[in-house]
Amino acid sequence: MSSPFKCRRIRIIAKTETIQMPSIEAVNLSKQYNSFTAVSNLNLKIEGTKCVGFLGPNGAGKTTTLKMFTDLIRPSSGEALINGVNVRSQKKKALESVGTLIETPEIYPSLTPREALMMIAEIRGVPSDERKKRIEEALSEVRMDEWINKRVGKFSKGMKQRICIASAILSDPTVVLLDEPTLGLDPRGMSEVREIIRSLKSKKRLIFMSSHILSEVSDVCDEVAMIDHGKLIVYDTIANIAAKVTGGENIVEVELRRPIEPELMDKINAALRGVKSTEKKGERTFRITFSGGVDAQERILAGIVKMNIGIISYKPAASELEDAYLKLIKSTS
Amino acid sequence: MDETRIVSGNKVPSSLAQVGITMKYTLLDYIRSRRFYIMLTIAIVISVILTFVVGYYRPASFLATDLSFYSGWWGNIATYVIVLSGIFFGGDAISGEFQNKTGYFGIPNPIRRSSIYIGKWLSALIASTIILGVFAAITVGNGLYYFPSVPSEFGLSLLFAWFYLMAVLGFTFFFSSLFKSSSMSILVTAILFLFAFNIIQLFVANFAQVEPWFILTYGAQIIGNILKVPYPPPTSVGNISPGGNGPTLTMYNVTVPEGLAIIGLYFIITAALGLVLFERKEFT
Repeated sequence: MSSPFKCRRIRIIAKTETIQMPSIEAVNLSKQYNSFTAVSNLNLKIEGTKCVGFLGPNGAGKTTTLKMFTDLIRPSSGEALINGVNVRSQKKKALESVGTLIETPEIYPSLTPREALMMIAEIRGVPSDERKKRIEEALSEVRMDEWINKRVGKFSKGMKQRICIASAILSDPTVVLLDEPTLGLDPRGMSEVREIIRSLKSKKRLIFMSSHILSEVSDVCDEVAMIDHGKLIVYDTIANIAAKVTGGENIVEVELRRPIEPELMDKINAALRGVKSTEKKGERTFRITFSGGVDAQERILAGIVKMNIGIISYKPAASELEDAYLKLIKSTS
Repeated sequence: MDETRIVSGNKVPSSLAQVGITMKYTLLDYIRSRRFYIMLTIAIVISVILTFVVGYYRPASFLATDLSFYSGWWGNIATYVIVLSGIFFGGDAISGEFQNKTGYFGIPNPIRRSSIYIGKWLSALIASTIILGVFAAITVGNGLYYFPSVPSEFGLSLLFAWFYLMAVLGFTFFFSSLFKSSSMSILVTAILFLFAFNIIQLFVANFAQVEPWFILTYGAQIIGNILKVPYPPPTSVGNISPGGNGPTLTMYNVTVPEGLAIIGLYFIITAALGLVLFERKEFT
């Protein structure tokens, strides 16, 4: 026997289970400090589950933008929206499913990592029966589980940074905002943080991270937003940006197991269709600039393999993003 | 109408519950901090010195009656313990969030700044109350050694002292919100409470012949005055030269309602202003 109350309840549950893609959006977002404009009418909408790098020179407005998305500073005008909710007017709702790491935060020195993360877990409403497990998992992920009950006051900057990263991922957020997350970390720590970001990507999260390390961005990010003088220059995939800047050309780096023969560069230029130029970079490495997209890339690889010259590596040039960055930033300076 | 939302397994607690969470962890940080033990040591050292002086010299001004004992011991010292506690626990409570960057850990969470401010204020109040409580307990212990019971006026004085503590913390939190530098906020509040207010009070009363009703430390006189029998008159004129022919000093004595009003207004105004400043302050 069914009751009208039961039917009504089922309808409500169905209504609230509609899932919206995570998003962050800047609408005419500006920040003015007296005569200095840190961010100028920034319009940027990022939607979906992906990792987006936020690039720009020092003072471009990257951190200011991220701070406006996290209530650390107020916009002079415009709106910062997370999942469609205005951070300024509805902060609690906007940040309920957001993990953040802005600059290098400090933690109350007399607390242990367990207590500091417990405070964040309680504030964020992590269910009480899950808190202990989630804290241990988050600290384990940033390799700080051995220090879980030691007071934070005597930790190094890198250790604190790891705890803050643990705090950002603790509540399983749908949106993660990171401001130079590898700053202050040793090479191993940097590699581990990149691994955490990749792991977040695999969990279908929207990650928006600023960084000065272009290789790091090209390594973990799908798309890039570039900003300079507080203005958005470009927002697109790395490949598209590189192609736009180079006029549709791409670059691959080739590594051989033996030294490059003197006539090899000319041979490749002449024999392989689509190749625009070749450039020797080291005793065993060279770059090929070509047009024709991934089809040409595949064809050129097959051609080089046929030449039997001892190829051991063939990959898109890491400097592709760097070249695009330098050209775009230079053109606005 | 179809409603869409981001699915999240967490339910963010109410702002009131978040006040409690902030208070709990800030208090834990305070109670484990070096400054808490320094303040506790100061309160105990003052008490030990007084215990020795009163026990060894047996001053008549202290031991004439139970009220004179509490007036001499508690009435003279409690305000300093309160001011020091206020500076220790409130002086950099908010400015430290900016200077030490602890704000970057707490603020970018789904929590109102007001919840953080009130939670921190409550934890400073509890930490200071513990210090004041220790000093009061030692005072009562000594009092019971010399007199059989504790006068009811001491209970009132204790209550006034606690109100004063609230106002002092409201004031220190205000200055803490005003500055981004911890040392600056601590220095300014220390100078105001330990020197400036007393000097202004003295000058206003004697040169302008005006009751200093606008100064918080004047309102705090009710903590000591309530232990005096009879309660001091609103004004009295004293001669500062031994012969009685020299210059005079005008003494204003705040009444209990006036004192409570001054303390209450200071608390409400400074705590509210501090909160507004913290809400508007930016982490640049």
